[in-house]
Amino acid sequence: MLRSSRLEMDFLGMKMHTPVMTASGTFGFGEEFEEFTDLSALGAVVVKGTTLAPRRGNDGVRMTETAGGMLNSIGLENPGVDYFLQTILPRIAKHQMNVIVNISGGSAEEYGELAKRLDVPGVSAIELNVSCPNVKDGGIIFGTDPKAAAAVVREAKTHTNKPVILKLSPNVTDIVQMARAVEDAGADAVSLINTLLGMAIDIQTWRPVLGNITGGLSGPCVKPVALRMVWQVAQAVKIPVIGMGGIMTAEDAIEFFLAGASAVAVGTANFCDPAATRNIMQGLDDYLQHRKISHIREIVGKLVVGKE
Amino acid sequence: MDLPKLDIKAEILSNTEVGPNVYEMKVTGEALARQAMPGQFVHVRIPAGMLLLRRPFGVANVDDKGTLTIYYRVMGKGTSAMTSLRSGETLNFLGPLGQGFSLHAKRPLIVGGGMGLAPLLYLAKQLHGAADVLMGGRNASELFWERLFRPYARDIFLTSDDGSRGEKGFVTNLLPRLLSQESYDCIYTCGPEIMMRGIAKIASDHDIPCQASLEKRMACGLGACLSCVCDTTKKERKKICKDGPVFWAQEVFAAD
Repeated sequence: MLRSSRLEMDFLGMKMHTPVMTASGTFGFGEEFEEFTDLSALGAVVVKGTTLAPRRGNDGVRMTETAGGMLNSIGLENPGVDYFLQTILPRIAKHQMNVIVNISGGSAEEYGELAKRLDVPGVSAIELNVSCPNVKDGGIIFGTDPKAAAAVVREAKTHTNKPVILKLSPNVTDIVQMARAVEDAGADAVSLINTLLGMAIDIQTWRPVLGNITGGLSGPCVKPVALRMVWQVAQAVKIPVIGMGGIMTAEDAIEFFLAGASAVAVGTANFCDPAATRNIMQGLDDYLQHRKISHIREIVGKLVVGKE
Repeated sequence: MDLPKLDIKAEILSNTEVGPNVYEMKVTGEALARQAMPGQFVHVRIPAGMLLLRRPFGVANVDDKGTLTIYYRVMGKGTSAMTSLRSGETLNFLGPLGQGFSLHAKRPLIVGGGMGLAPLLYLAKQLHGAADVLMGGRNASELFWERLFRPYARDIFLTSDDGSRGEKGFVTNLLPRLLSQESYDCIYTCGPEIMMRGIAKIASDHDIPCQASLEKRMACGLGACLSCVCDTTKKERKKICKDGPVFWAQEVFAAD
């Protein structure tokens, strides 16, 4: 069990043993990974995207590997918020994790309603998914229009006392503008990046590989883009930034901290190695210890630019 | 209650071509091998360049030394890279994953086609020679499986698409005749989906319970990513990696 004073922190009022979280949709409800990582050491488990009504998700091929990454078009399959609250949340309570619920709605009001229903003990925070590229009503409009994103944040903030995190889409021209808009609207933190919209084609059949034609790209191939966006956003806003996108190792995570992330989330790496988060948490602690740095916060945003 | 899943460094003992483009890989499976039930699978990390995701393979055999066997057909970059692995090298194996076959049959019939025969081999072994096996392939060279099943099967029936070995046609052509000659109490099937649908229909017509092992692209193998879902006949989503890969046929294949 990893407990280190170098990694412990208070983040948005949540007591975290480490600043390593999991990215929504890549870690189920946490319990799927109990044999491989230390769930209670994770900063938080961000659970699968949740909607008001249950969703069946997309049909056809939902996932394909690409060079250094993968495309997915799951389409927000989830059992709905009521089932989550009645069945899943009580079941995962024993793991003593901070649970952040990622929510998606088709209107600002739906985000508000979800935020209200999730304002219960056992939920540590909510993450607004305004950037799912895989469903028509999954909020992508809220992720590309600063005014719409701000409206979603305000609606959620009105209906919950929990911290509200907005997950930014990289599929925009100016991510800084989006981040500023949601900060002004009262978001407690931003997380980035969600997946990059992409596609793959089968040259034998001349058809798209994914049933949904396009999907979200994730994995090590997106890390440079994610890192650049985290760096830009961290300089532009005062609220904390949760960095993610292709983090496979502790070294990858350290880059995100240096770029300005206060916490990181691990996504696709969980699929390759279910113990990825455990190794990353340990690797971070080892790095800090080795360099005689007393706390992870001392490296946040410490990227050195310009002449030596 | 599921046994714990393990994440082991498996040493390759052998990796050889046993049929056209089909390889047999034996590894030191340790506790993972000892826990594995027929129908369960292992999720293998391939240490090659840009490959990211694991590849799932049905457990095809386990011996009392803890040696675990899988078979793979060279299909794409992952399996292609696997052919160059040599004995002595190590690979990360995750498993055993998923729900295996229910072994309660007294007079079982195993029906398989192509690579679907791999998990059925371990099933035949665990049925202790009680099972008859009906297998199909495109031609005689693809029916090398007969030799592998011989020690574990009672009778073996063969079909080939081109008639070069056994009866010409598909396993679904021969199956009704076998069912009229012998009263089997369970059919176990794995292979191309269209074949399994056919088997499930025939089994249902003869009122014989049937278990089918499904396959789909998967990422995590643990029920988290939701890449590999299938529909039940009641239009519910099931995860092939976690709820399956083995299902009762009537749960996933409509009887009509």
